[in-house]
Amino acid sequence: MKVAMTVNGTLESHDVEARTLLVDYLRNVVGLTGTNIGCDTTSCGACTVLLNGQSVKSCTVLAAQAAGDDITTIEGLALEDGRLNPVQQAFQECHGLQCGYCTPGMVMAITSLLTENPHPTEEDVRVGLEGNLCRCTGYHNIVASALAASGVVEMHQ
Amino acid sequence: MIPASFDYVRAESVDEAIGLLSEHGDDAKLLAGGHSLLPLMKLRLAQPAMLIDIGHLRELSYVKEEKGYVCVGALTRHHDLANSLVARASAPVLAHVAGQIGDPQVRHRGTIGGSIAHGDPASDLPAALLALGGSLVVQGPNGIREIDANDFFLSFFEVALTPEEVLIEVRVPRSEGQWGFEKLTKRAMDWAIVGALAVRTSNGVGVALINMGPVPMHARAVEAALASGANASDAAQHAAEGTEPSADFNGSVAYRRHVAKVLVGRALKTAGV
Ligand SMILES: Cc1cc2nc3c(=O)[nH]c(=O)nc-3n(C[C@H](O)[C@H](O)[C@H](O)COP(=O)(O)OP(=O)(O)OC[C@H]3O[C@@H](n4cnc5c(N)ncnc54)[C@H](O)[C@@H]3O)c2cc1C
Ligand code: FES
Ligand code: FES
Repeated sequence: MKVAMTVNGTLESHDVEARTLLVDYLRNVVGLTGTNIGCDTTSCGACTVLLNGQSVKSCTVLAAQAAGDDITTIEGLALEDGRLNPVQQAFQECHGLQCGYCTPGMVMAITSLLTENPHPTEEDVRVGLEGNLCRCTGYHNIVASALAASGVVEMHQ
Repeated sequence: MIPASFDYVRAESVDEAIGLLSEHGDDAKLLAGGHSLLPLMKLRLAQPAMLIDIGHLRELSYVKEEKGYVCVGALTRHHDLANSLVARASAPVLAHVAGQIGDPQVRHRGTIGGSIAHGDPASDLPAALLALGGSLVVQGPNGIREIDANDFFLSFFEVALTPEEVLIEVRVPRSEGQWGFEKLTKRAMDWAIVGALAVRTSNGVGVALINMGPVPMHARAVEAALASGANASDAAQHAAEGTEPSADFNGSVAYRRHVAKVLVGRALKTAGV
């Protein structure tokens, strides 16, 4: 079936099987491999992207369900001149990543969280990231990155 | 993991969805948020030949108050219910429970209609529906009917919808009374190993249990004990009566029966009973 959606501001239109998952569509059809697959069972959040601005686990959405919608992946966050967006910048400055596998999903989940709640407390961030796992268990610096990006706390250098 | 092949149709109206269900019968399944159905399809535990996507029916996404009832459109996402000002003012327990489901990503997709139509005894919203004394509005080829929540959950993953019917609205009486909600999980985002909900309504105290049997259920023995004057801690001792929890890697039957009493006790206390 024909599926068309906006991905990072570009209109994409492709013929895919109805059963194609959004994450596979993004990675294999559109060719954006920044979104990772971790558990493939809606548990880890590695595959998190924004669907009309809200975080979703793209391993549990059909590409067909997202037809006509607006998708943002990790590739779509950097500013036009190539500079990192504030959440990405905060991850770099606060050492928010170790192996980096969970990072795209974490960054997307935090972007969604900060859109809904621009000034979260540490508790809000921890609860808001309950759907994202980091197997390097670097949660402390991930939370610090989110808070830094929110402008609530000074950035730790 | 990739689901088995199926045909995908996006319904543009409830009538179209009912028409497609009538035409394709058991081969077809409605798709709302997909957060219960797609995981089952990926594991090939469900293999419908056709998915009828009702996820874009915006006219079924609303929370409004009408004649003493809070009415929630079946396609209302958990996130929108949790943040609805109407729900927070007039049925705060419903908004709170919706906000405790899964994680933010799940709440951005999952719908109240899917949660209730799925008939999963481990789901949270059915407990709120039972404790509040709510009802379900369903539409089929012969029109609209209303089903009392007490008559809706028939057995394990089986509800009182005919194959051609669409759940369109969930109704609960306006309820600003105190309430308590307790959910035991190992990981924050998981379904309840056991959950309990108590709410003070105009008809007394409604108490419901999560994951304590094949269907979402009232804690009838607790409700009866309270109605006949028992205090909260004595009433909570009856929480496991009439339940049939199953055993799994999260806990034995005896463990669940014990936890139910503890959680009902806590929920009653929070509800000020
Ligand atoms: C990781 C994860 C964690 C979760 N944690 C929880 C939790 O803690 N508590 C909890 O309660 N739930 C939890 N859920 C389930 C979640 O709430 C689901 O969204 C919900 O159970 C189903 O809603 P849905 O809209 O996604 O339904 P779908 O998956 O689209 O549909 C489910 C079933 O209902 C039918 N259906 C859907 N809508 C209608 C309708 N309007 N009329 C008739 N039939 C319909 C479908 O045909 C299907 O059989 C979790 C899910 C995931 C993936
Ligand atoms: S890969 Fe989607 S949640 Fe883990
Ligand atoms: S940084 Fe390695 S999984 Fe999170």
